[in-house]
Amino acid sequence: MYSQGLIGADGSTGETPEFLEAFQKRIDAEEKIEPNDAMPEGYRRTLIRQIGQHAHSEIVGMLPEGNWITRAPSLRRKAALLAKVQDEGGHGLYLYAAAETLGVSREEMTEELHSGKAKYSSIFNYPTLTWADIGAIGWLVDGAAIMNQIPLCRCSFGPYARAMIRVCKEESFHQRQGYEIMMELAGGTPEQKEMAQDALNRWWWPSIMMFGPHDADSQHSDQSMAWKIKRFSNDELRQKFIDATVPQAEFIGLKMPDPDLTWNEEKGGYDHGPIDWDEFWRVVKGHGPMARDRIRDRRKAWEDGAWVREAALAHAEKRRARKIAAE
Amino acid sequence: MANEMPLWEVFIRPRNGLSHKHCGSIHAADEVMALQAARDVYTRRGEGNSIWVVLSSAITASDPDQAGENFEPGEKIYRHPTFYEIPEEVGNM
Ligand SMILES: [Fe+2]
Ligand SMILES: [Fe+2]
Repeated sequence: MYSQGLIGADGSTGETPEFLEAFQKRIDAEEKIEPNDAMPEGYRRTLIRQIGQHAHSEIVGMLPEGNWITRAPSLRRKAALLAKVQDEGGHGLYLYAAAETLGVSREEMTEELHSGKAKYSSIFNYPTLTWADIGAIGWLVDGAAIMNQIPLCRCSFGPYARAMIRVCKEESFHQRQGYEIMMELAGGTPEQKEMAQDALNRWWWPSIMMFGPHDADSQHSDQSMAWKIKRFSNDELRQKFIDATVPQAEFIGLKMPDPDLTWNEEKGGYDHGPIDWDEFWRVVKGHGPMARDRIRDRRKAWEDGAWVREAALAHAEKRRARKIAAE
Repeated sequence: MANEMPLWEVFIRPRNGLSHKHCGSIHAADEVMALQAARDVYTRRGEGNSIWVVLSSAITASDPDQAGENFEPGEKIYRHPTFYEIPEEVGNM
């Protein structure tokens, strides 16, 4: 989902039917696939793209929240936000490492992010205008991420599943600190409550878009489901998220910005209003309000860090030479 | 690429009495920085009290295609205790 239903993925394979059948048998038997195992090219390509998009999302996701670290309203909030943003950096690194086991290099992935060839979650192309946005992101964006990541812990590719288990252990604090911020604002002065409601109004729709296009419009889902890379469809996950989140908003006296949102007794879940998919595709394709800034900031961080990487490598080389000379 | 940071595999001992267990990998220029990076990335919540880092290129792995030949015990059921019939009167053995 951080990979948004695999934008542009092509899972087509050219292997023999016998090979594909034997591979599918392993998948159906719930066997995990490990990096050195034989696998269809499409399986490898799909995973490289999905794990890469997921990793990029964690890294770019540090930017909107990083924007508020120096302006957090208390030391408690600042410490929590710092720790959360550091966790997201860690998530990116676990995921890059998982993707690298499939034969893509970190440098290639970084290059694809910076050139705009690789995508990341559209949610991070929205701006964080007020402190309440930090609450809304933790509650909604991390909440949606959790919905998606829990089934990924059972993904058929071992390194991805293991990375997701680590990530899921850490995510719960992210969502709780966000909800606590919203709860405090919603229970504060009328202005503070207004700020919380405004953040919810702006983040709700982008959050439910995070699950990607409707199942009927999601081209590559079937193959990913068959390979057990994916366990639930976009719409199933979106529904779970909405059903879990609506009562949380009610509990703190905030209103979901969807006039069509109604409880459907028969299906035991909420029905929601139409999603603006034009906006979704605009943002995915890099026309979100912050898209240019995000890539510019990542490039700048990479370029500004170049001398550190070079110095570290030169220093390592010097130490190695010295050690050899002493032997 | 000439300027690629070497890749290290990271192993962590959760606490004394347990063995080090592989938990992921990290890029770093040398072993000192690899240890520091491993600590930052993999032990933010008291996950361990000891870290090993090993250059990934230093690991020799068995061939997954040979897994059957290497690791299938096959018919050697006499390696399992239940293969042997001991009268119940003897008690636990
Ligand atoms: Fe994360
Ligand atoms: Fe998170």
